[in-house]
Amino acid sequence: MTRGLTSTIALAGLFILVGIDIWVTPPNPYQSPPLVAFGSGFSASGGFCGNLLNEISTTVPGQ
Amino acid sequence: MRILRVPSADFMMRMVLFRIALILTALILVVLVSLFSGVRFGIMLLAGFGFGVVLEGLRFGFAGPWRAMILHREPAGILAQLLAIGLVACVAIPMLAAHPTELSGAQAPIGWAMIGGAFVFGAAMQIILGCGSGTLVNAGSGNPVSLVALPFFALGSFAGAYHIFWWTDLGTLPIITLKGGTGLVATLIGLIVTAGIFFMLGKKGSRGLPRRYIIAAILIAVLAICNLLVAGQPWGVVYGLGLWAAKGAVMLGFDISSSIFWAASSSVGRLNSSVLTDYTSLTNIGMVIGAVGVSVWRNRDLSQPVPSYPLRTWFAVIVAGLALGYASRLAFGCNVGAFFSGISTGSLHGWVWFIAAFMGAFLGIRIRFFVGLEPS
Repeated sequence: MTRGLTSTIALAGLFILVGIDIWVTPPNPYQSPPLVAFGSGFSASGGFCGNLLNEISTTVPGQ
Repeated sequence: MRILRVPSADFMMRMVLFRIALILTALILVVLVSLFSGVRFGIMLLAGFGFGVVLEGLRFGFAGPWRAMILHREPAGILAQLLAIGLVACVAIPMLAAHPTELSGAQAPIGWAMIGGAFVFGAAMQIILGCGSGTLVNAGSGNPVSLVALPFFALGSFAGAYHIFWWTDLGTLPIITLKGGTGLVATLIGLIVTAGIFFMLGKKGSRGLPRRYIIAAILIAVLAICNLLVAGQPWGVVYGLGLWAAKGAVMLGFDISSSIFWAASSSVGRLNSSVLTDYTSLTNIGMVIGAVGVSVWRNRDLSQPVPSYPLRTWFAVIVAGLALGYASRLAFGCNVGAFFSGISTGSLHGWVWFIAAFMGAFLGIRIRFFVGLEPS
């Protein structure tokens, strides 16, 4: 077995994951945000591993 | 006598065409994501490709340099990491101060679970010799250890987020951020002092920064700044992996509504949206594909045989993968989200993360020998 096989498995796994996700939750290009967040006037809203406490505290009462 | 084989003109031409096809494939993927999700998300995928290409192409990483420092007193890799962080900080900290609504840093509180999580992450990343970004890039380049660890990393990240509030209830400080001009100066002084300590501890003759490290540090810094400006948030890894596992759990019919984190409206919103609209997912996907691309481009890496390991090694890899994911959620990020992005956006937790994870790395290196991932 070569690294070519393991690399192919990684790539295939990734495409399967994305494929299933597109099937279950298809993206909607008409809801896309402005090109760049900087200068857009909109608040940053993406998920991030470091800011979950702030995020939850504004969305879950009592937290 | 060694005979040098000169590639034929036909072979060279085929390689050039093959490489052009690789670049075109990457660009087509970016265009498809731009068309079906939005141009911003296409740019984020492109940034992910960039991270993958730089990390794999220039052999730049986090776990390896820490190991080189601990085992061989070679500080070059860590010095390059600190250089990249400093470059990002010079742009990110003033921009965050000027645009606090549109841009958010990697700010998180210091706490018991955060420190413990960083320590465990530092140990686990030495066991599999791959951190958050490293596991993705290594899996893409055909490393079987990272390939096995990656799905468990995702499961661990999902579980860590599931339990996060139990852990944070053990005690956390308020978020402490180094802001504005003073914050930038304090961050740069911290980075210079840290670099000085590693330089002094380093072995004579191995303290200099190789050119590839300098180039990699600059390119990673440029990509990280792009990430911040385009997405409005810093470069991260772990959130995306946890989201993939959470989506899988929901699809398989698991009820995750008992988790405060995953039941929050913001999380539910992301669970019901495409991963092609999640910034960390896109850069993660891009990193794997970018690493695959570099390996294919080199035309020799992928023909290398995969090493075989005993069963106990694979068991250790699975446990380390789970620990990487779980611990990084408690630590509010991995080497990318907490160490790199935390420090470069002025969060004090990034510094504490670095100290705790570096201490954990000493333990991880010993465990790596013990579980058969290293010749004794």
